[in-house]
Amino acid sequence: MSLLEIKNLHASVNGNEILKGIDLTVNPGEVHSIMGPNGSGKSTLAQVLARRESYEVTGGSITFDGKDLLEMKPENAASEGLFMAFQYPVEIPGISNAYFLRAALNSIRKHRGLDELDAIDFLPLLKEKMRLLEMDERFLNRPVNEGFSGGEKKRNEIVQMAVLEPKLAVLDETDSGLDIDALKIVAKGVNAMRNKDRSMILVTHYQRLLDYIVPDFVHVLVNGRIVKSGGPELALELEEKGYSWTEPELAGKR
Amino acid sequence: MITATQAPEKYLEIFDQFNNRAAVQPRWLQSLRQDAFARFSETGFPTTHDEDWRFTNVSPVASTPFELAGADTVTKEQLEPFGILQFASRLVFVNGLFLPDLSTLATLPKGVTVGSLAAQLKDDPESIEQHLGKYLNTQRDPFASLNTALIEDGVYVYVPRGAVVETPIYVLYVTVPGITPTMNHPRNLIVAEESSQVTVVEDYVSLDEGITFSNAATELVAGDNANVSHYMIVREGDQAYNFSTLRIQQGRSANVATHSLLLSGTLVRNNVHPVLAGEGSECLINGLFMANGRQHMDNYMLVEHASPHCDSRQFYNGILNGQSHGVFHGRIIVHKDAQKTDAKQTNRNLLLSDDAQIDTKPQLEIYADDVKCTHGATIGQFDENALFYLRSRGLAEAAARHVLLLAFANECLDRMSSPQLRNHLEKLVVAGLPEAASYSGTRSTEGAERNWEEVR
Repeated sequence: MSLLEIKNLHASVNGNEILKGIDLTVNPGEVHSIMGPNGSGKSTLAQVLARRESYEVTGGSITFDGKDLLEMKPENAASEGLFMAFQYPVEIPGISNAYFLRAALNSIRKHRGLDELDAIDFLPLLKEKMRLLEMDERFLNRPVNEGFSGGEKKRNEIVQMAVLEPKLAVLDETDSGLDIDALKIVAKGVNAMRNKDRSMILVTHYQRLLDYIVPDFVHVLVNGRIVKSGGPELALELEEKGYSWTEPELAGKR
Repeated sequence: MITATQAPEKYLEIFDQFNNRAAVQPRWLQSLRQDAFARFSETGFPTTHDEDWRFTNVSPVASTPFELAGADTVTKEQLEPFGILQFASRLVFVNGLFLPDLSTLATLPKGVTVGSLAAQLKDDPESIEQHLGKYLNTQRDPFASLNTALIEDGVYVYVPRGAVVETPIYVLYVTVPGITPTMNHPRNLIVAEESSQVTVVEDYVSLDEGITFSNAATELVAGDNANVSHYMIVREGDQAYNFSTLRIQQGRSANVATHSLLLSGTLVRNNVHPVLAGEGSECLINGLFMANGRQHMDNYMLVEHASPHCDSRQFYNGILNGQSHGVFHGRIIVHKDAQKTDAKQTNRNLLLSDDAQIDTKPQLEIYADDVKCTHGATIGQFDENALFYLRSRGLAEAAARHVLLLAFANECLDRMSSPQLRNHLEKLVVAGLPEAASYSGTRSTEGAERNWEEVR
């Protein structure tokens, strides 16, 4: 059974239709990359998957692990095993990283019928994941994302993913703005989490990420539709030729 | 309606009655009180035409026939719920009068005096003559003059030169309402001599519901290089009026931190008035006010820089729910000689309902030419991005709102240096946070947020 089944998805933001019929199937353990130019709808797709309420779904369906994702609130989707790494992680002054992540993990554990973890059990787990992402322990007690550099914020997203152990991780431009060292660390963290059950969707603008996290499938999203799908070699082709060849309509404008 | 100016006539009777009941007081104190009463009779209660009271209508206080509360007693069991028994040094005042039975003190360094002002006035009035009434401005605030006119008891703390008092001195003021409206006027004096250190907590609570009026005043004198922390907690009943003034006098390089936490009361006025009189002194003015229902909470800050090289930091956060009304009035005066002043003021407010209201007003008066003064205020609702972020990590909407409120409160709690007091106050905050589930959560921050920042 597929983990994620998107059928003919249409979505709007403020009345503008952004997604115009997306079909996508992701099986357990698969890593899919969604690439596309600015404004193609990549981030909208990620936000819809994470159930952001301001993104209105106007048609189609999404089945996640056998359940109707469109019926879920953001917290339900998270509890069911969906995680989105934000393109712009939010700063929350006044709450420490450790407190925030323990509260999040315990909400999800509770939903799954597991015991909540106390601080003593939780801290070693968090520290282990932070080591994986080469984050200093001082970030434990720092307010969530406050005063973090861009790279630290992105690494912190992957730490969260590592702690919450989702079935499906959606990485929304996690690579954008990272220097090569930070990118390698992020990629190492993500690769360490790949396994036969966990699926990932890498939303990215740049092919460079895919040198470090090699996807099983690459899809090209243009103007709200997937116009081409293929293997990792498709990303290289895009890198070489740009996006214009992927759609005659777009090519005609050049 | 009774106009505010008529009220003092009723207070003449009270003043006479008070003079009859009060212990014999030294002559200097009698004249201090008489002058203060004369001033109060002259001005009466303020009205909203007075700039300092523009957003707070005190006519409910002026028109209520308050009688002086009498001595009363409470039991240890009754104090238990207030969470104060953990403090090794605690003093209990009931209706403004000291209750020695429930008070206890940890071992204090040599020369330190902690006790009741009434006792000190009886035993050694000369020791306080040079400080009592020397700082509080009875000319500009009628509530301060009323308090001074009725000086009877309160806490007295004296820390001699170089002494360090490690354990916080926790002062609990219990108001026991009567059948008819009652009032009490605690008067506190804290004197920390050169290079000494002390922490004092004032906590105002009610034992039951009833119409009461607590009108407290504290003079805090921090000598040269002294280090003083002051905490103010207001959590009286739903029909309680709580007015207080903290007047701080700072010597050279003195370091004072004052933290206020306003949790309940029908009308609360919190005046904080530090004067940075000695060169190089520093003051932190930190506060959190959380209003619900129809509560009105007014914070009036008056920070006076009177010497060069002084720093003041004001941070006040407000959480306003229901039909409550919050006020933040942040006045900074930089006197002519106070060059190199560094004064900062920040007031942030969260409005949780459509009917909650906040008035925030900075007021800078700068007479020196080489100073740095900044002020800023924000008024907003929940940050929808932050809410979504928390929910996307699995927190239910109500829990996410709760976390954000706690985060907002933590900005203030995190500035408190005593872990014991921080934990105590955090518990009070958590218990006082509105039921997270009751928020409508449909409003967006767009267009509703107002930011301004000025640098002068």
